[in-house]
Amino acid sequence: MNALSMNKITPCLMPNASSTAESATRTLPFTVNLGPQHPAAHGVLRMILEMDGEIVERADPHIGLLHRGTEKLIEHKTYTQAIPYFDRLDYVSPMCQEHAFALAVEKLLGLEVPLRGQYIRVLFAELTRILNHILNITTFAIDLGAVTPALWGFEEREILMEFYERVSGARMHANYFRPGGVARDLPQGLLEDIATWAQKFPKFLADIETLVTGNRIFRQRTVDIGIVTKEQAIDWGFSGPMLRASGVAWDLRKSQPYDVYDRMDFDIPTGKTGDCFARYLVRVEEMRQSLRIIHQCLKDMPEGPVMTDNRKVAPPERAEMKTSMEALIHHFKLYTEGYHVPAGETYTVVEAPKGEFGVYLVADGSNKPYRCKIRPPAFAHLQASDAMFKGHLLADAVAIIGTLDIVFGEIDR
Amino acid sequence: MSAFAAAKRLFLPEILRGLALTFFTMFKRKVTINYPYEKGPLSPRFRGEHALRRYPNGEERCIACKLCEAICPAQAITIEAEPRADGSRRTTLYDIDMTKCIYCGLCQEACPVDAIVEGPNFEFATETHRELLFTKERLLANGDRWEAEIAANLAADARYK
Repeated sequence: MNALSMNKITPCLMPNASSTAESATRTLPFTVNLGPQHPAAHGVLRMILEMDGEIVERADPHIGLLHRGTEKLIEHKTYTQAIPYFDRLDYVSPMCQEHAFALAVEKLLGLEVPLRGQYIRVLFAELTRILNHILNITTFAIDLGAVTPALWGFEEREILMEFYERVSGARMHANYFRPGGVARDLPQGLLEDIATWAQKFPKFLADIETLVTGNRIFRQRTVDIGIVTKEQAIDWGFSGPMLRASGVAWDLRKSQPYDVYDRMDFDIPTGKTGDCFARYLVRVEEMRQSLRIIHQCLKDMPEGPVMTDNRKVAPPERAEMKTSMEALIHHFKLYTEGYHVPAGETYTVVEAPKGEFGVYLVADGSNKPYRCKIRPPAFAHLQASDAMFKGHLLADAVAIIGTLDIVFGEIDR
Repeated sequence: MSAFAAAKRLFLPEILRGLALTFFTMFKRKVTINYPYEKGPLSPRFRGEHALRRYPNGEERCIACKLCEAICPAQAITIEAEPRADGSRRTTLYDIDMTKCIYCGLCQEACPVDAIVEGPNFEFATETHRELLFTKERLLANGDRWEAEIAANLAADARYK
């Protein structure tokens, strides 16, 4: 194509370019608005991409479209009322976030959680991790053009959400982990059903890997795309699978175990290359490790209470509440005023499926948090998008967004 | 490139494996159900549409203690109460804004007399916002309609509460 015909069809040509063919076909940066209503933009992400032809020169993520003021709302709620808000941050992994808040409140109160409660929390945190990673790797495959894995993945997710529903009453927004333990004990037969599912799950993973991992189209789209070196990953504040794919063996479940993670035997999968393919592989392997933890939880699940017996924090059992005056007073007190948390502050983290999910909680001795700062993992990952996108094609930018594993509920809060 | 690698590149083995897998999946039992004629199972703990229950003699359970109003994180419940002609304390107004409700289940946990419950019904979509502003009459009607299921669910889950 010669320079003259280009001039007619491309309005973004440099107007006063010299007459040689090479310089005449140089284009001005062209701005593309990816999202906020784009199927590959994962939620309400709006990316302003400055393109040189099809190469991304600068990426500018615009956030805030899903801002609901969660942190401010929590300041006006009692500690019990704040828990449902955590389900709605990263709505793909609800229980892990309740876990962070429950642990933070327990730390300030100095509460001990009964062993069975801790085991149930670890069991469901790992089920949540699998729930999250299934969604991530299968939607990642959709972004790259493969629809089948998502259809199969949602079948598995359906089973997991049924477990959620049986234990808490809701398929996603569980409101199940409470400071002091969990809301109710596991219903009869649930552990057996989880065990049956855990036997079958490796088959599902193998099927997904057959479809995706070796596939040459998938590899061409992911290998050497969006490389993040070890140093870059640490500098940008990465955590979770994003950090581990770059070769840093950092896992909060190992480095500062909470609940009964110190009793669990599992490995930290790490990647070598730090590209999109490594991040995919790390997530697949993490599901296998989660399954190992689930098997151990099922094997070692102790009997006993699931909630602390401290009546100043945990409401009494219903039968007791209906017969004992003291229990009734506790019940009324806890459901109106709530409990008072002694003044203090804590930054408590959990290894959420997406990375380090932290709650910085400041208590002033009243029944409501003075401040509750939430540290979402995906926020740190999204801020590196400019560095990761630079020099890649537009289609590769979509692949990188897929591996960032962003959910706007927690980024915008 | 070795002959093996060249053959691997030429004959698309991994693509064919994937295609074979999807092909044989066609003969598996299908997992989809024919909603609304078939429905998935629900556990006794399921938190769906609210209902106000009555005692077997027809007397409404709610005693207007307002615990549900106090605990509701979304402030969806509004209650007004005064003594009835026979001297017992009852609500004169019990409204739930179902468009505010987040179905967290704290109201039914708080209720000391099992009056407000979240029943098994999840099919109450409406065409207008107004229809989702539930009044006491609507909630009591829900309770009458779903009492059998609600009572069974409460009994099934009573030992865990």
